[in-house]
Amino acid sequence: MWNNPILLNGLRFVLLVFAQVMIFNRLNVLGFINPMIYVLFFYWYPIKTNRPLFLFLGFFIGFVIDIFSDTMALHAMAGLTVAFTRPLIMRFCFGGNYEFQGFTFKNTTRTQRVTFLLLLILIQHIIFFTFELLSFSHILLLLKKILFTSIFTLLLCVLLSSLFAREVD
Amino acid sequence: MRSHSYHQSKFFNSSKWFTGSLLSAKTGISDYFNLAEENQRLAEENKRLRLQLFSRKSQPSSPSPLNSTYDITHARVIKNMYTSPRNYVTINKGREDNIAQDMGVITPLGVLGIVENTSNGFATVQSVLNTKSNINAKIKNTNYFGSLQWDAFDYSVVQLVDIPRSATLTVGDTIATGAMSSIFPEDIPIGVIQKYELNQNQSSYTIQVELFNDMANIKNVYVIRNRDRAEILELQKSTDNVE
Repeated sequence: MWNNPILLNGLRFVLLVFAQVMIFNRLNVLGFINPMIYVLFFYWYPIKTNRPLFLFLGFFIGFVIDIFSDTMALHAMAGLTVAFTRPLIMRFCFGGNYEFQGFTFKNTTRTQRVTFLLLLILIQHIIFFTFELLSFSHILLLLKKILFTSIFTLLLCVLLSSLFAREVD
Repeated sequence: MRSHSYHQSKFFNSSKWFTGSLLSAKTGISDYFNLAEENQRLAEENKRLRLQLFSRKSQPSSPSPLNSTYDITHARVIKNMYTSPRNYVTINKGREDNIAQDMGVITPLGVLGIVENTSNGFATVQSVLNTKSNINAKIKNTNYFGSLQWDAFDYSVVQLVDIPRSATLTVGDTIATGAMSSIFPEDIPIGVIQKYELNQNQSSYTIQVELFNDMANIKNVYVIRNRDRAEILELQKSTDNVE
């Protein structure tokens, strides 16, 4: 079952949405930090992608989370942007050869993977919080939210990704 | 006293059947973890109401609940958010329980918000912690009123604006809902004055109000329906049309 990419990613999609809306949307660490761990979907998604499908899934995972958390279109926007910029970030982190046949996550270093994850998280958080507040008078609050939530999301995502690491990639 | 901006989608929100039942199943489980605390709070409220009832007994003119202007429905919160600048609370009563848009929602301690969207079994409430929220409020025991807004900075503090300069204010004074609204009854507590200052053009006060509600910890709420609201709105509309 784990070798069927459709089933695997479908399951990831559902579980990440559930984890996000049932657990992580209610953490409220320090009163304001709700990590957005569904970014792992973009991190785990196969490298060789059907781009339109990936963009659609990016939009859709955000959209479903939006419905649950009444933040209409904010997560969808963030998800779509992350999906759109992912090839660019991959080229930046893993070099130009990531598009070749033999490339897998296995022959990348840990630093490369964490940088990849960090950049995905930063883009997601910047888009989400900027459009959530949409005001220049809240710029400090905005920076505070982006900084602390990103750090917390990164920590959780690193933990979760090593917890659910797969032997074969 | 509020303009509809439809910032929340009418079709995709957490009051719908699927999201609503999932959230309420989840709350059904997690509720058990603070049953004791919640019982305590409801008992405190009962005590307070009992005391009010005893002190009322001597007055023969106390209105019986049957001919009161307001209907009250009890509901439970199944989703509460307070970290976003536009927060919505989802409750487990909807159209089938006669909940409709623009009804007021209060907790045992004070005002929570106004119903925004409903489905058959659930409703979303625009919380006072919403930058779109605009509730008529006044300083208790005076007739100075203004509107209650939120600047998105602190979930325990909201802002009361447009209180005229002539009002005398003291830190610690109670802020309550005003009589200008057809949504809330008058004198429902909101919070106390934490600090106040004149606004930029020195004409009116901007008051920082510390909420009575702990917005991070809300479980039992009451939805208020004003039976006269339709009549009031009709009248106001026809008056506007004449002008």
